[in-house]
Amino acid sequence: MYTKDGEKYFIVDAHVALWDARPENQRNIHGKQFIDCFYDYHRNLSPESEVWTYEEYLYQGGERLMKDLFTDGYVDHAIFQPAYLGEFYHSGFGQSEEASALAEAHPDKLTYNHNFDPRNGEQGLEQLHADAERFGLKGVKLYTAEWHGESRGWKLDDPWARRYFEACRELGITNIHVHKGPTIRPLDRDAFDVADIDHVASDFTDLNFIVEHCGLPRLEDFCWIATQEPNVHAGLAVAMPFIHTRPKYFGQILGELLYWVGEDRIQFSSDYAIWTPRWLVERFVDFQIPDELTEYAPVTTAQKKKILGLNAAKMYGIDVPAELRLPDADEPATGPRGADELSAV
Amino acid sequence: MTIAPERSRTAGREPDVRRALDGVADPELDEPITDLGFVRSVAVADDGTVEVHLRLPTSFCSPSFAYLMAGDAKDAVSALPWVTRAVVQLDDHHDSELINRGLAADAGYLGTFGNEAESDLDGLRETFRRKAHTAAMERSLTGLLRADPDLAETALGTMTLADLPAGDRFTAALLQRRAALGLPEDPSALVLVDEHGQGYPPHEVPLRLRRARSTRISIDGNAHFCRGLLRTRYPGSESDQAARPEGAEATEPTFIPLSDLQEHPR
Repeated sequence: MYTKDGEKYFIVDAHVALWDARPENQRNIHGKQFIDCFYDYHRNLSPESEVWTYEEYLYQGGERLMKDLFTDGYVDHAIFQPAYLGEFYHSGFGQSEEASALAEAHPDKLTYNHNFDPRNGEQGLEQLHADAERFGLKGVKLYTAEWHGESRGWKLDDPWARRYFEACRELGITNIHVHKGPTIRPLDRDAFDVADIDHVASDFTDLNFIVEHCGLPRLEDFCWIATQEPNVHAGLAVAMPFIHTRPKYFGQILGELLYWVGEDRIQFSSDYAIWTPRWLVERFVDFQIPDELTEYAPVTTAQKKKILGLNAAKMYGIDVPAELRLPDADEPATGPRGADELSAV
Repeated sequence: MTIAPERSRTAGREPDVRRALDGVADPELDEPITDLGFVRSVAVADDGTVEVHLRLPTSFCSPSFAYLMAGDAKDAVSALPWVTRAVVQLDDHHDSELINRGLAADAGYLGTFGNEAESDLDGLRETFRRKAHTAAMERSLTGLLRADPDLAETALGTMTLADLPAGDRFTAALLQRRAALGLPEDPSALVLVDEHGQGYPPHEVPLRLRRARSTRISIDGNAHFCRGLLRTRYPGSESDQAARPEGAEATEPTFIPLSDLQEHPR
């Protein structure tokens, strides 16, 4: 819970990880390249006071995570979104055993989402059933640029992926978090293409598709899809820290999302441990769209409350004190939110 | 290979190479690789051999874009009349080995990536040419709105190239992007058009402008993200980066200042 100027904010950090990128867990050079890339994100976009050493960055462990999120970070509930990356790390990048044990020990504070890879075929489907039962899954994190033998990616509308979504439906795994990375086959298409989200969101209307990084670097394509599919949501992972280095740019991203996607379908996340939630929450509560961006309306306190926690809490059935709840905005299910006078195109 | 031992013969040749590389763009960011700081080094030997090293903001930058830029760089350098041999190397990328081998053998994109590729990169280039045009169009049209507070958004649908300020940087950039798509450049041509040069009915105009704006924001955002990551990854590389006129840097008024832009009742 974060309180500022008499306003109380219920915080859900919708995308966190407990990773192990230490050299002994790196399978090859790509394991090092991957964490180095994350560390550059961290160094490039964090305030100087929040920058960790490289050693700290390689692995945090459960105790540190609990402190960074809940003791220091104002977070009421956090959701693990583990990336497997088995081709880069011996025991994977996201530490399933440790994270799920932590979630089991703190069910009020942590939700564990797992992952699947449709290229594992029938065997993977069986595994998904077993994982759903073991972890009590409500959601999964999918990384479509995961390497897998010769393959360097898959698409959400691949026939096998559809079978996995059908299984999700049966198993009550309703929240599909999607992250697009830069390598996927065939390489000659846009590696960040989000069109496959459109296809599965239309076919699986009872599943929520939360697009992490709000589709960045293809914000415009994401917004266009999300405005037409009421079950597509924006995750703010990676977009959040722009609030520090590029507040005006952050204002434009937020302005676009509020316009195209609407205030009820945007979720805050720190992307821990890429960044820590404390400074992001503080700055977001203080944030306002810069005056010169007059094409966007100011962000309201209610919108901030929804984004910081109420939206994800609703999706995950996390209990929010009654006095902190807010009703949904009176917005159309599809079409731009900020432009109801415009006819649909 | 002997690297530039004799100034007389190689003098002026490195700038020559850099000028040639100015013509190579990152299609996603719509900027020359020289301005982005992606050119790590240029070495010219007295026998006319040129070795260029490229660097990118992360190890995991899209391999297709990486290949595209490296391949274009090799073509641009090879086209210089005095160059006897052009070597282009992409450093520190997860696919460096594969790409550098492909470049050395002139294997082409399909030959380099084998079964990971289905066709050459023309489709990808076209997609990003269209996005670059959309962004340039939005900059020009937003410029018109800022210049004339009485101009309604819907009126933008009938604006022609003649209505844009001549000699303006945005206008020049738009004309270039139009030429790249083969769109008409005569003064009577509509400004707000799709990739085929087709305009929109008045009621669609505001939404099309909003879509174009989201494309522009996406490109500008990617540009400053990539530029920042390059500086973090390669300390000192900031001195190789030219200021991006479209904005996107923290230190300057970022993006298009829309302070004068007014919302108009339709």
